[in-house]
Amino acid sequence: MSTLSEQASEPVRSQAPETPPLDSRGFARWAWRQLTSMRVALILLFALAVASVPGSILPQRGNNPLLVDEWIADSPTLGPILDSLGFFDVYGAPWFAAVYLLLFISLIGCVLPRVGHHWRAMRSQPPAAPRNLQRMQAFTSESVPQKPEDVVSRAAEELRRRHWRVRSGSDQPSSDHAVAPEVWVSAEKGYLRETGNLVFHLSLVLILVAVAAGGLFGWRGNVIIKEGSGFSNTLTQYDAWGGGRLASADTIPPFSFTLDDFAVEFERGEAQRGAPRLFEARVALQTEPTGPTRDELIEVNYPISIAGAKVFLVGHGYAPSFIVRDATGAVVLDDDVVFLPQDGNFTSTGVIKVPDMKPQLGFRGIFLPTSAIDDILGPHSVFPDADDPSVFLSAWEGDLGLDSGIPQSVYTLETEQMEQIGLRALVPGQTWEFPQGEIEFTGWKRWSSFQIAFDPGKEAALAASVLAMVGLMVSLFTRRRRVWVRARSQGSGSTLVSVAGLSKSEAGDVSHDVQEVQQIISSGEGEHDR
Amino acid sequence: MTAGSSLGLAEASNAAIYATMVTLSIAMVLFAASFASGRRRTTAASVSAQREVSHGAVAVMERPDPTAIVDPGRRLANVAMSLTWLATGLLTLGLILRGVWAGRVPWGNMYEFSISSAWGVLVVFLVMSTRRDLRWLGLFIVVPTLLTLGLAVTVLYTEAAQLVPALKSYWLVIHVSAAIVCAGAFTVAASSAALSLVQSRRESKGAQSTGMMASVPTAERLRTFTSRIIAFAFPLWTFAVIAGAIWAENAWGRYWGWDPKETWAFITWVVYAAYLHARSTVGWRGNRASWIAILGLVTFLINYFGVNIFVNSLHSYAGL
Repeated sequence: MSTLSEQASEPVRSQAPETPPLDSRGFARWAWRQLTSMRVALILLFALAVASVPGSILPQRGNNPLLVDEWIADSPTLGPILDSLGFFDVYGAPWFAAVYLLLFISLIGCVLPRVGHHWRAMRSQPPAAPRNLQRMQAFTSESVPQKPEDVVSRAAEELRRRHWRVRSGSDQPSSDHAVAPEVWVSAEKGYLRETGNLVFHLSLVLILVAVAAGGLFGWRGNVIIKEGSGFSNTLTQYDAWGGGRLASADTIPPFSFTLDDFAVEFERGEAQRGAPRLFEARVALQTEPTGPTRDELIEVNYPISIAGAKVFLVGHGYAPSFIVRDATGAVVLDDDVVFLPQDGNFTSTGVIKVPDMKPQLGFRGIFLPTSAIDDILGPHSVFPDADDPSVFLSAWEGDLGLDSGIPQSVYTLETEQMEQIGLRALVPGQTWEFPQGEIEFTGWKRWSSFQIAFDPGKEAALAASVLAMVGLMVSLFTRRRRVWVRARSQGSGSTLVSVAGLSKSEAGDVSHDVQEVQQIISSGEGEHDR
Repeated sequence: MTAGSSLGLAEASNAAIYATMVTLSIAMVLFAASFASGRRRTTAASVSAQREVSHGAVAVMERPDPTAIVDPGRRLANVAMSLTWLATGLLTLGLILRGVWAGRVPWGNMYEFSISSAWGVLVVFLVMSTRRDLRWLGLFIVVPTLLTLGLAVTVLYTEAAQLVPALKSYWLVIHVSAAIVCAGAFTVAASSAALSLVQSRRESKGAQSTGMMASVPTAERLRTFTSRIIAFAFPLWTFAVIAGAIWAENAWGRYWGWDPKETWAFITWVVYAAYLHARSTVGWRGNRASWIAILGLVTFLINYFGVNIFVNSLHSYAGL
């Protein structure tokens, strides 16, 4: 696949015949030629662009699984069909893979033969100078006093010094003795254009390999940690963990940390009120189970690295604190409960489950860091910081369904086996008493969520990307061109010198090169006179 | 931003942006008048010296003799070019004042991205105009720039404020500056590609050397111009995407996550890659390639407006 426009002498992608031969061998050859032709590469590039679009419009499992479930639930006919066709995981779908794998096969099928061709071209001499230089893109001729051999050898020497590949020769007119013999120089420059082009395309293959390796051997997990709580890096401690097929538990470094403090600040001025201004997680980190503890700061854009894994700060929220007592006044729950933010002002929802009572109790809650209520939005928060916090709770009594064996989310309350007791809004310090007991809203803590990732392919992917970019620049900014000098004696000590040039890359301008060669020849005039 | 002097800066920045728009509007009218006056012929002789072989001098080729045809709009276009330089100076001032007001690079929200991109378009155009005669392109640069600025000051305007933590990184400067220059180059390329389509239509009907489009280069030259700009912008866009990936790895823990912004950046990259391939494919290097160059800008704009405003993306920094 060439990003360059090459002229006919280059191994351009073949113009495949229109109709396939019918025998199997001929068909295979025809199909291969089609696949590696430039036109098919173009079609595949467009197919790749088009295939990428749905993933930016429909929610994707990898980025937002909850939104995907919502979308499918909202459109019961179209949702499942799109789901079965992989439209909610476009970039992992077989049809997407088919497009880019075909493109890469096409690329390799085109580039590899070109590597061989380019290798040979770099080791061979430029072709002989054409007889008719007038027909070239740029042409000029003049009479000089030097001998033809001197003109040509000087031009050859100077061009060589300027890193042109040079070949010289002479044409002996076969029969017509009236025409004097001509000596010539043929020079070519800009082989780096094709080198860069090939490096670029092969680097794309390297990027694909690096991405695949990262996906196979890497892993990534997410965990929510409340202020004052700790985390140790083992599989069981993650809220979500995903690894490649060849990911090994050995690459999970045994560190642990405690979230000492999570500081946030929000814009309080008029412009962009509520926009985040500062996130800072202070952690006490232990890189080894028995090692010393040290304080670290994790910020957005400033992750910490531990033994190849990186810890990123990716989110935060509130965990309101509750104490639940039964009718006898005994404490059955005393916990900070993680609520998940629902909007930019951190209106957060969560669930409190009290299994150690009979019948069991459950609460659905809305936490508002800065409370407001109106007819349209209901209870909602108007600022992300906890200026005026409150919770709205609905209490349920019955069976939480925890023993059914079906795994349950800690963020949802299954109310099929339960009955609602009532609704109540609470501010910190308030207690809601009901016949089965009471719940006290004691305050709140912050939590932050961390992503811990290990991607062994990322350095290689970066190196390959940089190589691709360098190759691309070399290729696009190098002009491949040829110049020729022909010199013939006109008798009486004067020599007719013709200089011509031809750009081999699209829209190239060779007049500068022709001018340069001319200057070389004219500067030789002075030397001759001396 | 509390101090009274900051408010002065804000007003000064906004005033500079409005002054830019007024100046550009005048430039637009003059460019349009120049374009509309087209090219008229005075003598029957249209000298087309394809190859001038001269003794001791390098041949100058492919330039029709300009003396045979008068270009009454030339002077208007010259004034318009000067006004474009002035407008770019004013816009630069507006951007600097905005940055001083905010105490950071002026790339924190969509208003700032938009005025910066408009600046990018003008700068790419003017830098290129120092090396060749681009007066014919002026109208098609000033119009999109004015539209962008108009959209910025009416719909996208936001007061300067601090950056959100996700943007607090030196990668902001690297990644966004590359994207802004690309915005400029892609716009110039698309304008020239669109003109080449019009010109090619006109040529296929039998080109005349008078009329509005006669002051515009031939379709083939326009296509060459387009491909040169894209040859410059494509590696830069590659760089912008790589820089974005490095930043994403630092901020979000993965270098590529098919976030809608990333997806569309990829689509833009693929479309321009297709453009470069089309330029070397028989049957594609003409009008089809020009259409692809226009499509490339369309994908870029979808990424900018569509993803920033309508799509739930990690890159939602519109500040609206």
